[in-house]
Amino acid sequence: MQVKRNALAGSGSSAEPRIVAALTTTAARAACCFVVRNVPLTTADGAHSAALHVIRSVEPYDIPTVAWIAAVTATLSAVGVNVRHPPQERVRVSFKDATAAPSAKRGATSPRKETDLPVNRTEFLKTGLGTAAGLGLAGAGWDWARAAETPIGNYPAGTEGSSVFVGLLCDLTGSYSADGEDLRKGYLLALDDLNNGTGVMAKIASLAGKKGLLGKKVEYKVADTETKPDPAVQHATEFITQNKAIMFCGGVSSAEVIAMAKLGQQQKVIYMTGASGSNDTTGKDCQRYCFRSQLDAYMVAASLGPHLVKAYGKNRKAIYLTPDYSYGHSLANSMKAETEKLGWKTVADVVAPFPTSDYSSYLTNIANSDADVFINIEFGNDGIASTKQAAQFGIMKKMQLVIPNISTYLPDGLGPEIMQGVYGTQDWYWRLQDRYPLSKIFVQDFVGRWKIRPRWTAHIAYAQTAIWADAVTRAGTFNPVNVIKTLEEGKPTNLMLGPVHYRAGDHQQVRPCPVLLGKKPSAMEGKDDFFDVVDVVPGERVMQPLEDTSCKLPAYS
Amino acid sequence: MHLIEAQALNGLALGAVLSLVALGLTIVFGLLGFVNFAHGALFMVGAYAGWVVYSQTENFFLAMVAALVVTFIVGLVIERVLIRMYYRRPPEDQILVTYGLAIILVEIVRAIFTGVTRQMPTPAWAAGTVQLAGIFYPQYRLVLIVIAAVTLAILYVVLFRTRIGLIVRAGIDDALIVNILGVNVNRTFLLVFALGAAIAGFSGIVDAPLLAVNPDMGTDLLVQSFVVVVIGGVGSFFGAILGGLIAGEIISLTTAFAADYSSVALYAAMALVLIVRPQGLLGVEGRA
Repeated sequence: MQVKRNALAGSGSSAEPRIVAALTTTAARAACCFVVRNVPLTTADGAHSAALHVIRSVEPYDIPTVAWIAAVTATLSAVGVNVRHPPQERVRVSFKDATAAPSAKRGATSPRKETDLPVNRTEFLKTGLGTAAGLGLAGAGWDWARAAETPIGNYPAGTEGSSVFVGLLCDLTGSYSADGEDLRKGYLLALDDLNNGTGVMAKIASLAGKKGLLGKKVEYKVADTETKPDPAVQHATEFITQNKAIMFCGGVSSAEVIAMAKLGQQQKVIYMTGASGSNDTTGKDCQRYCFRSQLDAYMVAASLGPHLVKAYGKNRKAIYLTPDYSYGHSLANSMKAETEKLGWKTVADVVAPFPTSDYSSYLTNIANSDADVFINIEFGNDGIASTKQAAQFGIMKKMQLVIPNISTYLPDGLGPEIMQGVYGTQDWYWRLQDRYPLSKIFVQDFVGRWKIRPRWTAHIAYAQTAIWADAVTRAGTFNPVNVIKTLEEGKPTNLMLGPVHYRAGDHQQVRPCPVLLGKKPSAMEGKDDFFDVVDVVPGERVMQPLEDTSCKLPAYS
Repeated sequence: MHLIEAQALNGLALGAVLSLVALGLTIVFGLLGFVNFAHGALFMVGAYAGWVVYSQTENFFLAMVAALVVTFIVGLVIERVLIRMYYRRPPEDQILVTYGLAIILVEIVRAIFTGVTRQMPTPAWAAGTVQLAGIFYPQYRLVLIVIAAVTLAILYVVLFRTRIGLIVRAGIDDALIVNILGVNVNRTFLLVFALGAAIAGFSGIVDAPLLAVNPDMGTDLLVQSFVVVVIGGVGSFFGAILGGLIAGEIISLTTAFAADYSSVALYAAMALVLIVRPQGLLGVEGRA
């Protein structure tokens, strides 16, 4: 395949200068997106701000194009296809807005005719990367984002028009995509209800009879986080900088949620989490600007543990299958601590990479252990694959399966034959409509809009949006500091699980914890009637003591 | 405890599947000289095609045929209308077009079937476990070793014992000369790409009873099959098999001692191969 190699070395063509400029701009933006995605947020604020500045200042291109080229740039540099940083003097891209940048001092961006720009494809990739590297180096120690910022976060800049913007980050692809789609449906229902003054939103005292929020329409956009922290932070950053988001929310994995919470704290924009089960979210990684509603791992374990011991007896030996990231370790450790306190033994904790599709080697370990309870911490598609494969290994014939945190569409992927008799918890389950009147309205409205019943990530989406809207209305301002202080007062909002509020010390929601038990196939009324609600444990009883959470909330500003 | 024996057996089963998936990738690379990033997506398309047929007929054999036929046709169409225009383009264009194709295929399937995981049960004749030297092992995974071995044997015969295989291998060595000798190389390219796609699709359906069938199922697998190809040698038939078995055993045996390090060990092995023998264990230097 000689031909192809030679094509790379081809000299520049005589393309239109406009096209060249457009391509270079796009490449530069792509390279900067690449920097934003790949340079850890905490270690290189300067490089980040520099890259963000370029993204904002050059001509806006549609995000898919930029993401596309960023992906290719990343792939190429990973594969090592001729992407090398050119010597500094060869970088000759100029931006109108970026000439004031510190990098100009290095002569790196001295203005030249645009026709001087290299046009060969490989060349422009090189140039883009080189520019990003140059700007990144030059930008270190210089916080542009702050210089361009208004008093606090996007306040008041984001509230000056007739509408405010909310960024929705949903896992539409990747291992947690089914949960992310449910999350998206929940947000859309919540924001439409808020703008139209309908549904559960209209039942909240402060919002009753009003449309929109403080007289403004709430606009929104959805971005796909791909079940990965980097794209999540990248899209959230775009929402904050380009759309002047006054609040952003979403994410299904704790890895994404913790990364976005850091971004919210850094940019001083309130972040309401999507699904996140790790203790760290409101523990060692807690943030002043982040609020979490889902049960943390401690609450799951404390609610579920006593039921397990009651059902299966005291002297049991448990083995764990755990995804290797914050959520997995957190939930496994909480479950171990709780069950060991109640008399169980832990045989082993088998840790598998996240994500994994074939669990056979991990399950071989489990099948050959002498445990009698199999506690599967895996979640989403990984939860389905691992449980299904465990059944094929015959593990459930000699061990009792427990799934402490049951992801939204897990029962659908496994079928009731596997789910029957399995204990677990969910943030919310539609059968709770028998206990809570607002849950009933929520289910009705959701079915009316989407033709299917909501799962628990939709509940999180709706509830988190509603509580934020309630706090903004009660604070009477979008100023994030006032909104946070209102949320920290601990005055409950009455929602689908009755009155709930956040604990001021770590921003974990104090809320009822549903314990579920898988139904027999014959007992199911309809194809999504998978569980009996065994118990709803009051949140106050199962909260981790604040002093044990290792949470130190950062400052308000 | 028979953990080591059990993991060695499991490594064999895991390796058989990985070999099969990697083989499609390596054949396409060997002849056409480019990396097909849509391989994982074709794997997924095969799984869905098979799932549709299985849920209608409950016949696993028909599901396998459906996966083969559908992905073969998809492969033919893709090569004819898209890939053919990219043979003489730079590698980054080829990566771009196959990467884009993967996204399009995944999103088409997501649009039709939604992102919710589908249930693909183990075929009834292979459900259950068997006891081997004191350990329990899923029967289907043993069947899978046989399926993979038979498929690999058939492909070996086709590629190394038939005239068409001769043309394919000659094309791998020097397409230009083969063309000058009066063989329609374009048609060979078309067939080989479709064959690679069909292997991906077939792996997809035979793997489907083990995995969670959803639009993203191929993504994770693509990375592992790249590792297999790199270890075994890019473009080498036996390299794909050897690489697959080595990768399967590394993952399984590491898990027996330290599950957390299984994927680290795999990538470390790949790095080691790249340092000691950059062309891969059975790869030939300078090919493609």
